[in-house]
Amino acid sequence: MTAPDTEQRRRWMAVLARARAEEIAGLLAGLPPLPEPERLRPPETGLVMVRGRMGGDGGPFNLGEMTVTRCAVRLGDAVGHAYVAGRDKRQAELAALLDAALQDPARRDALLAGVIAPLAQRQQAARDAEARKAAATRVEFFAMQTTR
Amino acid sequence: MTALTAGFADPVLDAQATFRAVLEAMSRPGRVQRAGAGLRPPGPLNAAAAAVLLSLADADTPLWLDAGAEAEAWLRFHCGAPVVAAAGAAAFVLATRAAPALASLAQGSEEEPQQGATLVLQVAGLEEGAGWRLTGPGIAHEHRLRVAGAPPGFVAAWAANRAAFPCGVDVVLCAGEHLAALPRTVAIAEG
Amino acid sequence: MYVAVKGGERAISAAHAWLEETRRGDPAVPELSVAQIEQQMPLAVDRVMAEGSCHDRFLAALAIKQAKGDLIEAAFLLRAYRTTLPRFGASEPLDTARMRLRRRISATYKDLPGGQVLGPTFDYTHRLLDFALAAEGEPRASAPEGSAPVGEAPRVTELLTREGLMQREQAGDAEPGDLTRQPLSFPAARDARLQNLARGDEGFLLALGYSTQRGYGNAHPFVGEIRLGHVTVEFTPPELGFPVELGEIGITECQMVNQFKGSRTEPAQFTRGYGLVFGHGERRAMAMALVDRALRAQELGEDITAPAQDAEFVLYHSDNIEATGFVEHLKLPHYVDFQSELENLRTIRRAAEAALPEAAE
Repeated sequence: MTAPDTEQRRRWMAVLARARAEEIAGLLAGLPPLPEPERLRPPETGLVMVRGRMGGDGGPFNLGEMTVTRCAVRLGDAVGHAYVAGRDKRQAELAALLDAALQDPARRDALLAGVIAPLAQRQQAARDAEARKAAATRVEFFAMQTTR
Repeated sequence: MTALTAGFADPVLDAQATFRAVLEAMSRPGRVQRAGAGLRPPGPLNAAAAAVLLSLADADTPLWLDAGAEAEAWLRFHCGAPVVAAAGAAAFVLATRAAPALASLAQGSEEEPQQGATLVLQVAGLEEGAGWRLTGPGIAHEHRLRVAGAPPGFVAAWAANRAAFPCGVDVVLCAGEHLAALPRTVAIAEG
Repeated sequence: MYVAVKGGERAISAAHAWLEETRRGDPAVPELSVAQIEQQMPLAVDRVMAEGSCHDRFLAALAIKQAKGDLIEAAFLLRAYRTTLPRFGASEPLDTARMRLRRRISATYKDLPGGQVLGPTFDYTHRLLDFALAAEGEPRASAPEGSAPVGEAPRVTELLTREGLMQREQAGDAEPGDLTRQPLSFPAARDARLQNLARGDEGFLLALGYSTQRGYGNAHPFVGEIRLGHVTVEFTPPELGFPVELGEIGITECQMVNQFKGSRTEPAQFTRGYGLVFGHGERRAMAMALVDRALRAQELGEDITAPAQDAEFVLYHSDNIEATGFVEHLKLPHYVDFQSELENLRTIRRAAEAALPEAAE
């Protein structure tokens, strides 16, 4: 195993961005502790301007901003980054730590199985439950008898 | 990216202190201020220039620089400033070697003189009390400033820059942990 | 003579203390938590996020609590707060075709891929006050679940575009204007107009949209599609160079379909009015789409006859924080201005009386 490909890294970053700090910390608690990372950029809250497209598929326009918290740490040779929606600094710090740790082939499989997979599963379950609620509100049309 | 080092230890307070130093330097042209103590930016970036950019450059300010890949990655990471290929398109221009001509940088316009670029110019040394004779707003009589390693022909180029007021370029001279500013209003005479 | 005066500090601080007391209300009634507002007044939270132009549910809920439920004041607080934060950059444009849908309806097609999904809507409710809600603690029934989950669905406008009956949007990735960095100028391009409308006052947009239906502007709109749901936001940090997912935000999108009789260069076809807003804001998204279409009159070569088609009128008056600032500043001391008006009036009177000495007797 070598460095992760970008697509794989994007996937775990996406899962961590949607997870609450307590969830991540809870799952990490069951694994061997990670070393203390060096803080390259302490957690910092700022804004990202969210863009839409005119008419849904035209050129971009600025819709409005959203709060985002970022953090960067170093663990050995790997630099871990986090950019997560909202203002939870603890979440950003844990996400950055995990992004760094997951880049280490020696740690990756255990962390994918112990943290990322369970988080992804919960997130998928919540999405599925919502999709089923939406499905219950889908209209089934039926034709009326034609009157003459 | 592997050699990425930390930026400001305290991003808020350190940026405020540097902002204050730049404000003082711009208000009293030729007076030397301290900035960037404790920063260890990648070479050839010096501490004062690094502190100025960490404090002032961000995602809204295009940056041009000649400091090499390592310094560029460091500034990209800590400032989030977009790096542009043409110095004339930049809000901040960092020159560590042969500085681009002042006239080639963004000058602003009569309506928006604030769009003129700020040149962060690294020099070998700054010393008060000798060298150039500075006069203008913020200076009661005359400030003396010796700049070791100023680009050749700088004083003549500066006269043209000043003549374009309110348009033109402002300069922050940085040496080690020291900086001095040349706002576009100041007049320079060789000492 | 003008005499500078100071004072009022004691009165102001007492007024603020009383404000705080009235915000809390009767201490015998349990205090509202920010989480309660966020969870149980989600549409107020969404409106504050939209008009505050900042997506953060907790901050919007906090602002509502602090503003005693005054949503414009709350949006003002949120706008003020956002100015204290650095901006990391701009997101990749949202892909609304990939929304995780809660609601998706079309008034133009009965049968469409993905179907008509009502979602959590007030439509078809009887608008009868529900006194059961006043008896707190009632466990309410949970929403039923269907079998075939709702997935992604193509946009209705794409169906018409494919047939060549809908005007194509001009694609491209030109850097859009940003009203938070560059003040509005005219003629305003559509990107700037949409940004302005997305954060405009809902009441103002609603009234203008309504006016276009009533004949002030030449609109015959159909709801091509309304969709509500969650969309992933991606951002490319300069230090990473690839887009990362920041998470999901709730949004509402509305496509209004309007007929366009064609011009010398374009055939008769349908055109779009577009609405996109933070959170669940169907009324706002619909009104925005109506006004967007009305404001396209000039570029489509239509006559400009109505207020909703007048870009300067609409865009300069849509922002309720600017509007409230200018209207409400009138209550601040204008003692000197008024003194001069008074003096002016007396002079006119005196001059008039001097000119007509007999009338004064």
